Amino acid sequence: MILVWMISILLIGGVACWLVAQRNQLACKWTALVAVIAAFLLPIIWYIQHTPAVGAGNNWLIDYQVKWIPAYGIGFHLAMDGLGFIMILLTSLLGVLAVLCSWNEIREKTGFFFFNLLWTLAGIGGVFVAMDLFLFYFFWEVMLVPMYFLIAIWGDFNRRYAAYKFFIFTQTGGLLMLLSILALYFIHGQQHSGNYTFDYFALLNTTLGNGATARWIMLGFLIAFVIKLPMVPLHSWLPDAHSEAPTAGSLILAGLLLKTGAYGIIRFVLPLFPDASASIAWWAMLLGVVGIVYGALLAYAQTDLKRLIAYTSVSHMGFVLLGVFAFRQMALQGVVMQLLTHGVSTGALFVLAGMLKERLHTRDINQMGGLWTAMPRMGALAMVFVMASLGLPMLGNFVAEFLILLGAFEVSPVLAVIASAGLVLSALYSLRIMQKVFYGQIQTITAPPADVSPREWIIMASLTIAIVFLGLYPQPVFDIVSGVVQQVARL
Amino acid sequence: MNQLLAYIPAFPLLGFILLSLFGRKLTNPVIAIIGAGTVCLAAITTIVLGVSFLQTPPQGGAWQQLLWSWFRVGTLSVDLSLRIDALTLIFIFIITFVGALIHIYSTFFMRHDADYARFFASMNLFVCSMLLLVMADNLVLLYLGWEGVGLCSYLLIGFWYDVPSNCRAANKAFLITRIGDTALLIGLFLLFKELGSLNMGTILQQAPKHFVSGGASITLITILLMVGGMGKSAQLPLQTWLPDAMAGPSPVSALIHAATMVTAGVYLIARMNGLFQLSPVTMAIVAIVGAITLFVAGCSALAQTDIKRILAYSTISQIGYMFLALGVGAWSAAIFHFFTHAFFKALLFLAAGVIIEALHHEHNIFMMGGLRKRMPEVFLTFLAGAAALSALPLVSAGFYSKDAILWYSWSAAGGNPVLWLMALAGAFITALYSTRLMLVVFWGDMRSPVHEQPDKGMIIPLIVLAFFSVTAGFIEWPHNLFHLTLFSDQVQQVLPQTVMKENEPSEWLFQGIAALVTLSGVYLGYVLYYGKSGVRWQQSPGLSATRDFLFSGWKFDQLYNYVFVKPYLFLTRINKGDVIDKLYNAIAQGSMRLNSWFSVSQNGSLRMYIVGVLAGILFIITLQLLL
Repeated sequence: MILVWMISILLIGGVACWLVAQRNQLACKWTALVAVIAAFLLPIIWYIQHTPAVGAGNNWLIDYQVKWIPAYGIGFHLAMDGLGFIMILLTSLLGVLAVLCSWNEIREKTGFFFFNLLWTLAGIGGVFVAMDLFLFYFFWEVMLVPMYFLIAIWGDFNRRYAAYKFFIFTQTGGLLMLLSILALYFIHGQQHSGNYTFDYFALLNTTLGNGATARWIMLGFLIAFVIKLPMVPLHSWLPDAHSEAPTAGSLILAGLLLKTGAYGIIRFVLPLFPDASASIAWWAMLLGVVGIVYGALLAYAQTDLKRLIAYTSVSHMGFVLLGVFAFRQMALQGVVMQLLTHGVSTGALFVLAGMLKERLHTRDINQMGGLWTAMPRMGALAMVFVMASLGLPMLGNFVAEFLILLGAFEVSPVLAVIASAGLVLSALYSLRIMQKVFYGQIQTITAPPADVSPREWIIMASLTIAIVFLGLYPQPVFDIVSGVVQQVARL
Repeated sequence: MNQLLAYIPAFPLLGFILLSLFGRKLTNPVIAIIGAGTVCLAAITTIVLGVSFLQTPPQGGAWQQLLWSWFRVGTLSVDLSLRIDALTLIFIFIITFVGALIHIYSTFFMRHDADYARFFASMNLFVCSMLLLVMADNLVLLYLGWEGVGLCSYLLIGFWYDVPSNCRAANKAFLITRIGDTALLIGLFLLFKELGSLNMGTILQQAPKHFVSGGASITLITILLMVGGMGKSAQLPLQTWLPDAMAGPSPVSALIHAATMVTAGVYLIARMNGLFQLSPVTMAIVAIVGAITLFVAGCSALAQTDIKRILAYSTISQIGYMFLALGVGAWSAAIFHFFTHAFFKALLFLAAGVIIEALHHEHNIFMMGGLRKRMPEVFLTFLAGAAALSALPLVSAGFYSKDAILWYSWSAAGGNPVLWLMALAGAFITALYSTRLMLVVFWGDMRSPVHEQPDKGMIIPLIVLAFFSVTAGFIEWPHNLFHLTLFSDQVQQVLPQTVMKENEPSEWLFQGIAALVTLSGVYLGYVLYYGKSGVRWQQSPGLSATRDFLFSGWKFDQLYNYVFVKPYLFLTRINKGDVIDKLYNAIAQGSMRLNSWFSVSQNGSLRMYIVGVLAGILFIITLQLLL
């Protein structure tokens, strides 16, 4: 029931924001903030009540099911396991921060903005807990459309182009996924004497083997998810969408939307099509490694700060693909950790880029420089997340990438070694951020920009605490997802 | 005693946290007390531990303290767990004791800097990371420290970040060491695949049973670990970052780029001695790398004019000696040279810092001169350091450690005459450039005025370090002179004894040759650089090509620039727009083009439509008739 509550709070909160905004802009912001904080507190309170069960990595912690359209075997089925819980936690945390970082940035159509923001969050939350494929597809679209508006209305100069591109890419994937869902639906129905259902747990019992049918259906799912991830060569929507979106949009795109792709692979592709996915594992790992290297090379070349950070996401998500298809417990644990830490660290970098843009009105790193002198606090914060992004131990990303590489090494040493070379490349682009933005002589002739404000402090401090905590004491996360991971790794 | 272990890195960590959170609000004296005080506390704790270690050695030769479990996933279990044995104790003694002296010195040296707190925060974090590196009981925690010191090195090289060249130097240092670090990481993966554990105790215990001596996998593993060590310890071919790293403040050069961090590679190889002994090939490579490095870097030091760059090349060269010693299996000699080198090289850097500050940031030694009279304390302490560096027989600490390495490079099981000759040539060159440095800086005419005399607080650390530069060698005498082996007794609890060749030659002869070579190096330096001749010699045109070649560090930078940097920049630049994206844009443009073609047909003209319909009918009828 708590899951329904959480999603409804966001959906209703979104509508409320829109309505309130016509009277009072400030009240609208506060409504949004209260809604996301409530949605954040719910899973935390629930966790405090159920710590032992969650910590033990038990499989299904919450299961909520009501009939929706029984004639077609569609149910409103929400369920949460350790993986779902972790993703929900990340969603709600970044949700709070997304509202906070839009506080001053959004001045037009505030109500509609927060409506879209909250609905996207609700969609993402739904994606992580929907256990009925029809419902899953529904949430998949709910997170997509509001995000399209966020980019198209409040984006930067080139927002139209970016929004179209984002929409077409994701929608193509979504369409393929819909076809696959339907195919699975009918095959399952025929196999189980007319018991047509979209229920995840029922569909798990469909026997597909490793034939051509299984492969095609699997590819439908996989392509939808790797577009989201994104995987090279399907990544090209990402730099445009990330760089043109408003700060909150980039934060949610990088921190959450990409994660739905990885989540989908772990939740649907591997359990539904174990044999078919094992047969393409090596190729998927190869594409992951290509992504790591290719993304890093592109990131280094960029002069637009947000575009640079966007390409680092391509590189980091390559690790996810590599780890998932290694089919090793260690690598999968690393993948889950990577989802969390990448969400936090890249999210933080986008927030920083947003703060810089608010102050300097540019994203071009060639026009920045020497900002440490004016903003030492922001410089120090940027240093933390730049270091996280290049995989410095003590910060969470290291644990994730280390485990992924360690697990992948057992399967394919060559690929793991090339991926490790990505660590050198990540140092190259990460240090470039510091050098171009914060080091050197200060360039602006006008008054130096102000250092971080208290509101920005709250955002960055919570992200910093999260990344350090994950770096030094990641064990709780591993325990929580251990059940899921063991199951997937056994396939 | 176990419970004290965590305090050693915890004190500097506390300093870092306090300074980074509240640094801007604190006054300089408070910052100095936090920054230097925490390291002093760590040093005191270390000394307390060390005394108790010597009096009542712990069971099994080591103390261990588990802090918490870092991560346990599947079969992998990594703990934040500290361990102190004799080898670690030597390293933490140097790190905290020399570190404390350098911190005290820095409180005066940096007093005019606006970023006083940031400096001490980074320094404290460095000390903490370095301590974790040497106290780690598993390789992942070691790697944490390993990367942590790299970060601090980066932060401190680029400390004066408004000068672009400083930032470039910082980036270069981070990147080149990162290449080594990545090799080390791959080595860890391979070790885990083979042994299923990353705990150092387990690895060393199981390695002899698991690996075939000289086998391919153990050779590969040890080579990867060695490359990691080469990156951090600035050995050929990954040495180019260290001379540029001198862009940082002098105390940083003394602590990080002379006494501690750059010897991390030596520590790693010594710590993993059980693995390296299983691979004679790697041991030989380590020795050869060390020998070549010590020679190449020594020659470069001869041609430098920047006082700190001379010392930097000399550091590379001295670490080359340590690698040579490790490679021939003279484990305790390598660690002993680390021990003495830390004192005298830190001293030289700190003294150089005093001189540079007194002369208003003058780095060129040929712009100095005549400082013997003007700065007598600095002169005397620098003399002690330079004597130790050039290993003057009997009266300097450097003699005792370097003499042992020279001796073992011939007589140990892994040694041979070529290595010995290289080491001997290195000793000659070292004596030569040390003499050059002393004569040009302290004798002759005064070419720059002394602006201010150094603070007492900066002189006292120099005196303490000078004392140790002279006396630190006395705890370990050559076997034939005087039987005192305090140092190797301790170290050999952890490290294996040096295996000697059969029918070894007389040690006396070797000591005689070594002493003679050192003294002749000093004499040649005297002839070339005493009085006016130094400047003349430096300007002689006949040697300018050689001098330029050595000055640029054997053109390694230029080589790497052509082989790596330029291709990389070219590759990233041509693909800035992402060629894959072009493909998608081409699809979009293609459909727009089609759209424009087809929309021509929809023009509202009735005649065109009728023509179209008729053409269609005609086409179908023709098709019907033909088929």
